[in-house]
Amino acid sequence: MPTLKIDEKEVTVPPGTTLIRAAKELGIEIPYYCWHPGLSVAGNCRMCLVEVDKMPKPQISCHIQCQDGMVVRTQSETVKKLREHVLEFLLVNHPLDCPVCDQAGECGLQDYYMKHGLYDSRLNENKVKKGQKAVPIGPTVMLDNERCILCSRCVRFTDEISKSHEFGIFNRGDHSEIGLYPGEELNNKYSGNVVDICPVGALTDRDFRFKCRVWYLKKTESICPGCARGCNITIETSHDRPTGVENERVMRLKPRFNDEVNDWWICDSGRYGYHSIDQNRILTPLVREGTAAAKESNWKDALKQACVSFQNLMAQNKEQIAILLSPMMTNEEIYLAHKLFVETLQLSRVLLLGVHPNGDQDDLLIRSDKHPNRMGAEWLGLIEGKEVTQKLVSEIEKGLIQGLFLFGQDIVSQFQSERLNGALNQMRLSLFIGSNYNQTVSSARMILPGASYAEKDGTFTNFEGRVQRIRKALFPLGESRSELEIIQSFAAQLGLDLPSQTSEDIFLELAGSVPKFRGMTYDTIGHEGVRPA
Amino acid sequence: MTQKLISRFFEPPYAITLEHYSYEAAKKAFVQMRPQAIEAEVKKSNLRGLGGAGFNCAMKWSFVPRNTGKPIYLVVNADEGEPGTFKDKYILTYAPHLLIEGIMIAAFAVGIHKAYVYIRGEYEQPFLNLKCAVEEAYQNGFLGKNILGTQFDLDVVIHRGAGAYICGEETGLLESLEGKKGYPRLKPPFPAIVGLFGCPTVINNVETLSYLPFIIQNGGEWFAALGTEKNGGMRLFSVSGHVERPGVYELPLGIPLRKIIFEYAGGVCGGRKLKAVVPGGLSAAILTADEIDVKMDFDSLRAAGTMGGSGGIIVLDETTCMVEALQVTMRFYAHESCGQCSPCREGTGWIYRILNRIVSHHGRLEDIKNLTDIGMFLGGTTICALADGAQMTFLSYLKKFRREFEAFIQNKEMACQH
Repeated sequence: MPTLKIDEKEVTVPPGTTLIRAAKELGIEIPYYCWHPGLSVAGNCRMCLVEVDKMPKPQISCHIQCQDGMVVRTQSETVKKLREHVLEFLLVNHPLDCPVCDQAGECGLQDYYMKHGLYDSRLNENKVKKGQKAVPIGPTVMLDNERCILCSRCVRFTDEISKSHEFGIFNRGDHSEIGLYPGEELNNKYSGNVVDICPVGALTDRDFRFKCRVWYLKKTESICPGCARGCNITIETSHDRPTGVENERVMRLKPRFNDEVNDWWICDSGRYGYHSIDQNRILTPLVREGTAAAKESNWKDALKQACVSFQNLMAQNKEQIAILLSPMMTNEEIYLAHKLFVETLQLSRVLLLGVHPNGDQDDLLIRSDKHPNRMGAEWLGLIEGKEVTQKLVSEIEKGLIQGLFLFGQDIVSQFQSERLNGALNQMRLSLFIGSNYNQTVSSARMILPGASYAEKDGTFTNFEGRVQRIRKALFPLGESRSELEIIQSFAAQLGLDLPSQTSEDIFLELAGSVPKFRGMTYDTIGHEGVRPA
Repeated sequence: MTQKLISRFFEPPYAITLEHYSYEAAKKAFVQMRPQAIEAEVKKSNLRGLGGAGFNCAMKWSFVPRNTGKPIYLVVNADEGEPGTFKDKYILTYAPHLLIEGIMIAAFAVGIHKAYVYIRGEYEQPFLNLKCAVEEAYQNGFLGKNILGTQFDLDVVIHRGAGAYICGEETGLLESLEGKKGYPRLKPPFPAIVGLFGCPTVINNVETLSYLPFIIQNGGEWFAALGTEKNGGMRLFSVSGHVERPGVYELPLGIPLRKIIFEYAGGVCGGRKLKAVVPGGLSAAILTADEIDVKMDFDSLRAAGTMGGSGGIIVLDETTCMVEALQVTMRFYAHESCGQCSPCREGTGWIYRILNRIVSHHGRLEDIKNLTDIGMFLGGTTICALADGAQMTFLSYLKKFRREFEAFIQNKEMACQH
């Protein structure tokens, strides 16, 4: 284990550690552009040059490995001068169009200029003109070659991570340009990540462009609900300022580093899947009579009506009631629903339903199971059985089920069944609790608007058994309410004594009783999640 | 006139076909010598790499690990692109068999069974001559399987470059040879350890290899004695520019530059005054007329603040405008920078654009200070030595001919004539 000194501070690191990582460990910040901890070392930006004793030239700290007895200086006058000049070189042909650049505010050039540059320009020449500004290179990404500093991160990402090989660097010298190989477009399942890793405004997100200045964004840590991987994300929202889009509060999602789950990346369907938080939302409780269009109602009346129907069915025959919980629900919601319907109301048909589609799984992140919490549901005792589900569906179709609670599942489109459609409509109580409109909503008798994952707290357990937290980034839209609240108010309407608990209270309770969650709290889950001890 | 080694083949009957070449040194090496003995002779010869870096040849071989289980490759750098240098072209054209013999000896010494010759794309006739010679050598059992009955196999593959100066940089060359863009690699690892296709690789220049047959024939000590103490033997100097007799001259290392220009190359054209000399290819710092008593070996040239480089001597007489000469020089580097490292990519182009402005009479006096400052940060900070070379030559012009630059900017007539 080599021991070395960086800026007079001693550090011992495993053999093979690069200087930049050793410095990070000491809290010493060395600026860099081309280096990325998740990609191979390119060593081309030269921003991370440092002085190493006994080496004649300055060395790039992203490449040079720590040796025993090394003495490294990252703050010497020479190093500072080098950084200033590397920045000057990088900006020689940069258009300096920050006022119209979407990257402004999170741009490596701006940040480092303020920190390491602050020189007066001495450029009297014309800049090299490179291609066109703002060229769409695929459905998600816009390329502005003038702003590119040729760090090659995007090239390495598409070569090493997405393995889709669209990018290359073309031409030579200061006419070098990144671009796509002939006939290619940047259209892979991970394309959005190149925007995240681009340190400047060369690659910008077509979805986010010009919606909002980044310094107005409020950031909330969360988990992508798009599949069983549970990629760590940040939900970036803007509510109190006019933005480039109407009626949207979520401006974008960004991946959040977690080396146990998703490293630095997320897939495009996760990244751009956030529009459902603000669009196509059910905003008030709805009640439908027969096949007529559903009528807007209010919580008080809807809950009352649902309770009356439910109590009638209970009095008649419990077996005609089915509660379909979903692996989209948080652990807390499943636990509470289980507690109400199974333990308190003694219903026997409380099942898990979340259709598991085939295919669309890869070696990187994407899982074929598009539900974020199947593992959590299983830990809570709910295991989905194909035969049981099939039997239930056919019972519903035959009209044998008269009371059905759906937690967000769009069973009509999942089972592609016209008869199901009719059955839901004729049922005495078909209650859909969920956030967005879908085919099932158009035939259910009653619809209670639930919150999206961005509007509530809770936990998901990913397919590897990692319990991770989602956090409330926004207030529920319209009159929608979190599922916990809905279950609690339903219980209250039934006259049951279910205490009003927060999501955290419920989690503590379940951690106390469900073995897999033993010992976990919201604090121990923290930012990265935990697995059972 | 000193004796001729390689250059004896630059005149008829040449060594283009086997009719005029008999591979005596290779026969001696393969039949009478062991690989270790060959290495020992090369070590004694003090042979330096003659492509430009001047690195000790035997030491370079010694860095190659012999027992990794991976093949070792020999890569012959025939991508002669340093402006002012054309000696490898002569060898490839007139003495391809000499090079092949050198390749055989190096391969036998290091234990190599596959050699790649990366030849400059523009070299059409040299390529054809080498190709014919390789075919001839195969037909006559000097290449291929069981060479000279020794059970030793060696294949030679010729690969033509596509016109990039940077592909003469050894790791840029390896990338290009592997079918990728000619971007020099980060070092370490050095090619001796991780080279072509990830295997240990020896990279030698055409001329370096072509001296091996003479070392085998006459012994390392004999060769070393031809030059100075640490700079073994002879080398080929390509002399061009304003001289009466431009051409390739094979002379011992350590010979004074003055002697090359005025004795061998016949002096400055038309009896005009000498103004400046590029002593070792374009990337070497320029020397003024007062500095040409320097000895032309690697160490003396380094001490004089320049370098032996590729042995390309460019002579500039008093009619040369140094501002325009530097403009042309920097156009080359701006054009040939691979574009990987920020300082080189942006710096060479920026400097060239400033020089363009000066040459078009829009210069300002502060440009000289700015140019010097930009130049200071051009080299020493990049992956390969292209920027170092550009920096060396660039700063030497500015320092040694500063007055001329000032005069040019102030628009004084005929500044170049003093």
